[in-house]
Amino acid sequence: MKKPWYEYMWTVSALYLILGFFNILFAWLGLLCFFIPLIISAAKGTKAYCNKYCGRGQLFSLLGKKFRLSRNKPMPRWMTTKWFRYGFLTFFMIMFIQMIIVTVLVFKGARGLSETVKLLWVFRVPWSWAYRITWVPAWVSQFAFGFYSVMLTSTILGLITMILFKPRSWCVYCPMGSMTQLLCQVRLRKYEQ
Amino acid sequence: MAKKLAQIDKAVCVACGSCVKVCPRKAISIWQGLYAIVDENRCIGCGICAKECPASIISIERLEVGA
Ligand code: SF4
Ligand code: SF4
Ligand code: SF4
Repeated sequence: MKKPWYEYMWTVSALYLILGFFNILFAWLGLLCFFIPLIISAAKGTKAYCNKYCGRGQLFSLLGKKFRLSRNKPMPRWMTTKWFRYGFLTFFMIMFIQMIIVTVLVFKGARGLSETVKLLWVFRVPWSWAYRITWVPAWVSQFAFGFYSVMLTSTILGLITMILFKPRSWCVYCPMGSMTQLLCQVRLRKYEQ
Repeated sequence: MAKKLAQIDKAVCVACGSCVKVCPRKAISIWQGLYAIVDENRCIGCGICAKECPASIISIERLEVGA
């Protein structure tokens, strides 16, 4: 049986991460996998993005199962609670807003461009080799560094829980997944009224 | 008649669809982006979905189904 095209979306996810090592401006493309899931959920009231198209879920599944990198153990109970899930979503959003604020500060000239990628919200990794197109406004590059940091950080977390627990453990606390499910809930409630 | 069936804890389901992808009988679907539901007529209680679910919230139980 031939696999449908969307079963290969993991290549897009992998490519995205690789491109960020060569030119940080590619990070902007990541906005697509931020808005598309939300648009699908808001317009259709489904999690079709998670259920079909998300390359990240596929990537973890592939690494965990085909490459046998996962211990395949259940996650600890506290990690599957709503508290943890929404707690992580809140934390993630606060960090996201902070990243936007930094971008605005650079835009205003109140801060210089930082050619680093911040991993796990703590570790600043020099990343100037990927800063190639220098003629764009500094804030454009700052956002790229910031957004790529978010993407790489979440991938690292996802990889860790992929190895420790089930392959797609990330999906249990993925902020995108939580947000799309929340949107579906809100939509349904509106519909029922 | 008793039959082995997959039971999903809706309250904690994250609707990720991992279970849908692996079910050999296409017995699971995601309802309105909220949680997974099992079609009792299709499910054969093989447990593949239970192993796959990242939240480990699927259990295989022996249940009475309509005569
Ligand atoms: S929960 Fe996150 S990683 Fe998993 S399929 Fe959905 S968007 Fe992708
Ligand atoms: S794999 Fe588990 S959490 Fe994901 S949709 Fe199925 S039952 Fe829900
Ligand atoms: S137990 Fe087997 S047949 Fe039943 S829903 Fe799960 S994977 Fe499908």
